[in-house]
Amino acid sequence: MSRNVSRRNLLAKIGAALAGVLVAPVARTAKAAVQKVFVSTGAAKGYDPTKHRWVMAIDANRCIGCGLCAEACKKENHVPEGPYFRTWVERYIITKPAPGSGAARGETLVDCPSGGMHGYPEPAVPKEEIQHSFFVPKLCNLCEHSPCVQVCPVGATFDAPDGAVLIDPKYCIGCGFCIQACPYGCRFLSPITKTAEKCTLCYHRITRGLKPACVEVCPTQARVFGDLKNPAPEDPIRQFYENNKVQALKPHLGTEPRVFYAGIDKEVR
Amino acid sequence: MSGEITNYVFEAMPHFEGYVYPNEATPQPLWSILIVLYPYITGLVAGAFIMASLVRVFNVRALEPVYRLSMLTAFAFLLCAPLPLLFHLGHPERCLEVMMTPHLTSPMAIFGFVYAWYLMAVLLLELWFDYRRDFVEWSNRTSGLKTVLYRLFTVGVTDVSEPSVKLDHKLGHILSIVGIPSAFLLHGYVGFIFGSVKANPWWGNVLMPIIFIMSAMVSGIALCVFNYMVLNWVRRKTIDMKCLDVMCMFLFYALVMDAAIEGLDWIHRVYSAEEGFQVMQYMAREKLFYTLNVGQATLGTVVPLLLLGLLQLLRKRVPELARRRMYFSSAVLVICGVLAMRWNVVIGGQLFSKSLRGVMSYKMEFAGLEGWFMGAVLLALPFILLIVMIKLFLSEQLPTSASLEARDVAAK
Repeated sequence: MSRNVSRRNLLAKIGAALAGVLVAPVARTAKAAVQKVFVSTGAAKGYDPTKHRWVMAIDANRCIGCGLCAEACKKENHVPEGPYFRTWVERYIITKPAPGSGAARGETLVDCPSGGMHGYPEPAVPKEEIQHSFFVPKLCNLCEHSPCVQVCPVGATFDAPDGAVLIDPKYCIGCGFCIQACPYGCRFLSPITKTAEKCTLCYHRITRGLKPACVEVCPTQARVFGDLKNPAPEDPIRQFYENNKVQALKPHLGTEPRVFYAGIDKEVR
Repeated sequence: MSGEITNYVFEAMPHFEGYVYPNEATPQPLWSILIVLYPYITGLVAGAFIMASLVRVFNVRALEPVYRLSMLTAFAFLLCAPLPLLFHLGHPERCLEVMMTPHLTSPMAIFGFVYAWYLMAVLLLELWFDYRRDFVEWSNRTSGLKTVLYRLFTVGVTDVSEPSVKLDHKLGHILSIVGIPSAFLLHGYVGFIFGSVKANPWWGNVLMPIIFIMSAMVSGIALCVFNYMVLNWVRRKTIDMKCLDVMCMFLFYALVMDAAIEGLDWIHRVYSAEEGFQVMQYMAREKLFYTLNVGQATLGTVVPLLLLGLLQLLRKRVPELARRRMYFSSAVLVICGVLAMRWNVVIGGQLFSKSLRGVMSYKMEFAGLEGWFMGAVLLALPFILLIVMIKLFLSEQLPTSASLEARDVAAK
């Protein structure tokens, strides 16, 4: 008797698992299709988001702080003038400890005038007192568990199947909750559209086979961009993962950023 | 050259100290006075309703004189509660999307439903069951527009036979019972909007909903004390001291609980001293010194606690006039203290950078959507509504506990 029941249970479980396996891709495709019809993303016609997995990585060792990326982003995406940035470059200066202080390091000074678009002023401390100095480009961290998507009351911001976190400007009510929820300060409320805005990985470009504007202009390849589902031979993003030990920003928050950094310091957050 | 100028402008801006993310460097915080008022008003609703429920559910007969006033207070404030939220939206015309296509993982998405439930299913219905017999009576007694109004309010149910009135009472009682968890849900959920933001160490806190519920109860009861005393003063009626004493006893106990939980929150923050503690310490010492230490903690909590606590011990020895004055000042202090608390939560949470390396300053402007004037208007609006409602629904002399006892005796 008990055997019969367990067999029936087993069959039911196998059935459920099979159904799950069969339904999951259908559901994913259906979701993508629905998003395609109802959501304004600026993607190219005929672009299939389920066939890609976009990601960016940052090699901070290579960044020279020229700020071209921040400037290109502003121009490409018509980002409003003023304190509104989809990407920016921070400068970190860690000073040497005061002699006899017994400390390993001195102060950490961070600045980012105009998002780094026009370079940086002379450091506030003399060169001899600097222990480390480096630049960190910042952008949407493409979180696996994005708090911004979680809190949007109408679902105007969403995870696209291809890995981009997007906002539908025709749907956003401008409540600002996502801006509060983003731990990385990557979002802003546009004074022009009165909706939330953020890095889209230049969705209008990548869906047409181009690179994001910031990647395109970076003179040192500090920004690495790629499609994890369609790796090219000697793909730069694969090489980046193979050649570097990487870090993510604010890992303790459990957002699981997919933008990995190489060559940053513990002071970066 | 242009680079130098831009750098200069950014460095010269007086709003920031330390490093803030570029997107945080806006002249004023994203959520300002309107979002301060939203949880404040919602809290007053929840608190006033709990006050009314003390009569209905917990059968505290001494509070019967303020039952209707508390219900009307809750109603007037509830009608105004979503206004600040609505005005603050970038696209207010899309507000209904929150209810039409809610995103269920968002704490904000549920507000529409909780609000609608509370307004339609709890407050409106309970008020209607409570008032229906009076509406029928008043529609017969008055003339002109008032008759039409009262008749409209009966919604055609004019049966005032004893079983029908009894049914009203029964249903009203059930609604009160449902109303208590609903009031907790309404305001606990508002607390969760802030408590769920893990990106912000000032907000992301498991105690936040409970802190919000407790402070809501405190502010709501204090508002009822304030309204009751002012109404009696305007009408030149004597205050029912028994009722006032009991109200302020509940205010005292709620305040003790509120202070204990908020104290616990701070003890935990100080002891665990997690990431961001330094910036929070700086906020409490510098940026929020007056609103947090002076407004919320000292004037809004400690002083009323002492005043009310003293009166719990020495009630019989303090003459009535002095007692009334002490009650009134405690109520006013608590009402202002809770407003300061909302300010500290909402504005305080945005005065430091999420990089935890810098702080912002905020000076509220006078005009504009997020200015003093608008805030004052939005805060005055529920009081204006309440005055109209009192004119319509509370025109008769407020019952006193003596008169209610006489009625009970007569009924027996």
